[in-house]
Amino acid sequence: MTGRVARLRSESLEKVPEISSERAELLTDFYSGSNAEEYSTPEQRAMAFSYLLENRTIYIGPDELIVGEKGPSPKAVPTYPELCCHTMDDLRTLDSREKIPYRVPGSVFDAYSEKVIPFWQGRSMRDDILSTMSDHWLSAYQAGVFTEFMEQRSPGHTVLDDKIYHSGMREFIEHARYRIGRETSQEKKTFLGAMIISMIALIRFAERHADLALEMAAVEPDPVRAAELREISAVCRKVPAERPETFREALQYYWFVHLGVTQELNPWDSFSPGKLDQHLYPFYKNEISNGTLTREQAEELLHCFWIKFNNQPAPPKVGVTAAESSTYTDFAQINLGGITPDGSDGVNEVTCLLLDVIEEMRLLQPSSSIQVSRKNPDEFILRAAKIIKTGFGQPSVFNTEMILKELLRQGKTLEDARTGGTSGCVETGTFGKENYCLTGYFNLAKILEITLHNGIDPGTGIQLGPCTGKPAEFDSYEEFFKAFSGQIEFFAHLKIQGNRKIERLYSEKLPVPFLSVLIDDCIEKGKGYHSGGARYDTSYIQGVGLGTVTDSLSAIRTHVFLSETLSMESLLQLLDRNFQGEDDARNRALLMNMTPRYGNDDDRADDLMTDVFNSFFTAVDGIPNTRGGFYRINMLPTTCHVYFGSVIGATPDGRLAGTPLSEGISPVQGADRKGPTAVLRSASKMDHSLTGGTLLNQRFTPDLLNTPEGLKKLVHLIRAYFRMGGHHIQFNVVDNETLEKARANPEEYRDLIVRVAGYSDYFCDLSPALQSEIISRSAHGDM
Amino acid sequence: MSKNGLIFDVKRFSVHDGPGIRTTVFFKGCPLSCLWCQNPESISAEPEEIFRESRCIKCGKCSEGCFSGARETVGRSISAEDLLGILKKDRVFYQESGGGVTFSGGEPTMQCEFLREMLELCSREGLRSAVDTSGHAPWDCFKNIAGLTGIFLYDLKHTDDRMHREFTGAGNGLIISNLRRLVEEGSSVLVRIPVIAGFNDSDLWMRNISTFLRELEPSEGVELLRGHDHAAGKYTGLGREAKCYVPAVESVEKFRKILQDAGLTVLSGG
Repeated sequence: MTGRVARLRSESLEKVPEISSERAELLTDFYSGSNAEEYSTPEQRAMAFSYLLENRTIYIGPDELIVGEKGPSPKAVPTYPELCCHTMDDLRTLDSREKIPYRVPGSVFDAYSEKVIPFWQGRSMRDDILSTMSDHWLSAYQAGVFTEFMEQRSPGHTVLDDKIYHSGMREFIEHARYRIGRETSQEKKTFLGAMIISMIALIRFAERHADLALEMAAVEPDPVRAAELREISAVCRKVPAERPETFREALQYYWFVHLGVTQELNPWDSFSPGKLDQHLYPFYKNEISNGTLTREQAEELLHCFWIKFNNQPAPPKVGVTAAESSTYTDFAQINLGGITPDGSDGVNEVTCLLLDVIEEMRLLQPSSSIQVSRKNPDEFILRAAKIIKTGFGQPSVFNTEMILKELLRQGKTLEDARTGGTSGCVETGTFGKENYCLTGYFNLAKILEITLHNGIDPGTGIQLGPCTGKPAEFDSYEEFFKAFSGQIEFFAHLKIQGNRKIERLYSEKLPVPFLSVLIDDCIEKGKGYHSGGARYDTSYIQGVGLGTVTDSLSAIRTHVFLSETLSMESLLQLLDRNFQGEDDARNRALLMNMTPRYGNDDDRADDLMTDVFNSFFTAVDGIPNTRGGFYRINMLPTTCHVYFGSVIGATPDGRLAGTPLSEGISPVQGADRKGPTAVLRSASKMDHSLTGGTLLNQRFTPDLLNTPEGLKKLVHLIRAYFRMGGHHIQFNVVDNETLEKARANPEEYRDLIVRVAGYSDYFCDLSPALQSEIISRSAHGDM
Repeated sequence: MSKNGLIFDVKRFSVHDGPGIRTTVFFKGCPLSCLWCQNPESISAEPEEIFRESRCIKCGKCSEGCFSGARETVGRSISAEDLLGILKKDRVFYQESGGGVTFSGGEPTMQCEFLREMLELCSREGLRSAVDTSGHAPWDCFKNIAGLTGIFLYDLKHTDDRMHREFTGAGNGLIISNLRRLVEEGSSVLVRIPVIAGFNDSDLWMRNISTFLRELEPSEGVELLRGHDHAAGKYTGLGREAKCYVPAVESVEKFRKILQDAGLTVLSGG
C-alpha cells in the first residue's frame, strides 16, 4: 500500500470511536423549530435530512482521495434520537465499559442533558414501540424468547444494484417529477416531493465538500496536495448530481449515497454497494484501455474507499440489543463473483483486484463475501481460500445457485433473482429492488425450555406460552415434539403480531424518502420504502439454537422414550440442579456422549433437526407483513446465541445453565466428532432453499491449509457442500493455542481477528463468553 | 452372507492417504509389530479395551458402563454392507476432489476375503479405492485384489532384511517380492517410506533404498512420511512405553534429495 494509504489506515485503526451529538442536536433544532409541523411527515423527514446535510460539519482529511464522513470526523459516531434517545446512564456506560467503548466528550453529555433528552424523551420510536406492545409480547421479549431489531434501528438492510452508475441524482429527480405529473393521489405526490427534497440535499452535501476542497486548495502549500484537492472538488461537483464517468467518480458517488442512507436513519446492517466487481468493471476497463487509470491508481482508490467503511463504527446500541449485538461492526458487505444479470460467469479483473484489496487492507469493515457459482472457475475460489487461510474470517462464501433457488421460491423473477445476493451476515435479497429486513432472533432453545415446563418460563415462573402438557405425562416422543411445535407456532405469531405494529409505526412516523429513491419501484409507485414501495418485501425471523435444540430432543428421545434410562422427572431435576448434584456428572456424560448428535451425519439426530427446522418454517413462512410482502425464516445468530444462552437454564444436551447455544446451523460446539464432511452432510439435510440464509461456521487449524493441496481440499469441500444445497460457509483458521494466548495476553494480540458469526471481529473485543464459545468450537485439523 | 470384517476406526475427511478427500477404514490386526507403530491398538487381531484418562470423569461406576468415553473397546465387527453404507456417505466429496476410499490398518490384507469383497463393492459403486499395505502377506492375496485396487499405498520400510526384522518383527522378503510383482504386473503403486530415526535415516540406508526404487520405478512415485510421536498417548493408554522415533527435518530433506537425484518423483508427504 502507498504511504498515503498506510497513514489513513493506521489513523482509522488507532482512533477510538467517539459519540458525536451533532446530528442529534441539528435534528432537535429542526424539529423544535417553529414551522416543522406544517408539513406532512415525509416532507418533514426530507427537510430534516436536508437541514442536517446543510448545517453539519464537512470533513476532508489530509491525504484523502475519497471524501465524506458520517460524523464530523473519522470514527465520530452520530446518534439517532428519533429512533432511540440515549439516556445519561447509557452515555456513561458507553464511555466507561471495557469492551466496545465509545468515548463520550463532555460537550456531548451537556448537549444531551440540556437539549437532546428534554426534547426526544418519550418521543422516540423506541418509546413508541415499547409502549405499544402487549404485556404478553413484553414478557416474552424480556424473557429472551425473541429480540426485536426495530426498537432502536430502522428497517433498511438492503443493498444497491447498479442504478447509480447509470444515472445521476438529477435524472432520478426528473423521474420523480414525471411521476408527480402523472399521479392523482396527493399522498403520493407529497412523497415524491419529499424524495426530490432529499436528493437535492445529497447533491448540496457533495457540493459543500467541493467548496471546502477548493478553499483548502487555495491555502495548501504543497502543490501536489493542492492539485488533489482541486480534483476532489471537481469530482464532488459532478457526482452524485451527474452520472459518473470514471472509476473514481463511481466510488465517490456510491460513498455519498452510503452516507445519505446511513445519515437519514440508522438502518440495521448499514447499507451495501452489492456486486462491486461488476459495478466497477465497465469504468475500470474503459479507463485502463484509455490510459486514464492504472491498476495501481485503482488499487489506491479502493484502499481509500475501504478505509471509509472502517471509519464508520456501528451507532451504539442499548439494552437487550447491546447485549446481543455488541460490536463496532456495522455489517456493510462487499459481494464478489457469482453471476452476471444474464447468468454468465461474473468473475472479472476487478474481482481479482478487490480480493487483493481485501487481503492487504485486512480491516473489519467492510466485510466481504464471494458468491460461488458452478460457472465460476476454481482459481477464483482458490484465490479467496488464500485469504481465508490468513485467518481473519473473510471472505465468507455463498452459493449462487442456492441464492437463486431461494429467491425464485420467494416469487422473484429470474432476471431479478440473478441480481440478488447476500448482505449483513448471510441474508438473501434482490439487490436494488427489495426491502428485506431481519426483524429479530428467535430463541428455539428457550421455547424448548418453556415446553418442558408446560408453557411456564422457569426463570420467572410466568406462564408465557400455552399449556401444551405436563412433561411427565407425554406417552411418546412424537407427542412431546407436537407440544414443542405448538409452542414454536405460538411464539412466532406473538412475535409477528408485534412486528406488524412496528411496521405500521415506521410507515407512519419515520418514512425514508432518500433510501426510497434507491430501491425500485418506490418512485414508480410513489410509495416509501417502509410503506410497500419496494418491488419485493420480505421480513425475516432468525432461528437460533438449532444444534442445542436438536441434541436436546435427541437426548429426550433416546434416554426418556427409547431406552428409558432416565425418566422425564429425573431429567428435569438434573436440569434444575444444573447437573451439580452428586451423581450428575455421570448422567451428564450419558446425555452428551451416548446420544446421537447433530453434525455427525447420523440420521437419528439429523432427522430431528429437520423436524425442528420444518416446524419453525411452517410457523413463519408465508405470513403476510403489512407492506404487501411476507415473513420468511433465516438461520443465523450473529452474537445472539450468547445472549440467548444466558437466559436459559441447563438443557438436555448436557449444556450448562447460562452458557452459549450452538450458533447458526453449526453443531453444538464440540459435538461434531466425525470431521467436516460429516458436518456438511448433516447441515445440508435441511432444505436451505426454504430460508433466506443459513450460517455455517467451520474452524480449521492452520496446518491443514499450509500446502497447496490442503487449500485445494478447502475448495473441494466448498464445492461439495454447495452441490448438496448449502447456502453459506465461513472459516476460522486459527489454532487453540493462539486463541488461549490471546485471551491471556490481550495486549499482545490486539490485531487478532476471528470469524464470529456472519462477521469478523477483534478477538480481544469479544465478551469472555463469546471468546470461550469460539475456543470450544471443534477445529478440523491434520490428524 | 459373507464374513464380517474387524475394523477399529473409520476416518472421514482423510487427506493424507491417497489423492483428494477420502474415507479411510482401519482394519484391525497386523502381522508386523513396528516399534514406532502409529496405531498400536491396531496390531492385535482381537478387540481390546483402551482407557483414556483425559476423558474419565471419575464417577467410579465403571462396572455399570462407561458414559464418558474413557473406557472404550477398540475393534468392532462390521458387515460389508454396513461398511459400504458409511463409505458411500462422502461420495460427493470424493467426486469433487478426485478422492475415494482407503483401506488401511492394521494390515488390510490380513482380512483378505473381506477386503476383496469391499473392493468389489466399491468398484461396483464407482468409488475409487486405495489399499494402504505393509506388503507382508502371501502373494495370493495381492493377486486377488490387484485388479480391484485403484492404487496401492505400499509401505517400504527398509531394504535390509536384518534391520527390518529387528524393528518390525519380520523380514522383508515377502514385502520386496510382492512389491516387485505388483509393479511388474502393472498395478498402480505409490511407495511410502516412513522415515524413522535410528532405523532408516542414515546415509547408507537411504542410498540403498534409493537404488532399489530407481530400478523398481513405481508408477506413482515415492512419498516420505516423517515419523512422529502423536501416538505417544495411545501407548500410555494401552499400558505400554512410548519411545521417540522422530527424525530430524534435515534427514527427511536429505532423503528427498537422494531420491530426486535418482530420478524418482517424490510427493510432499504428511
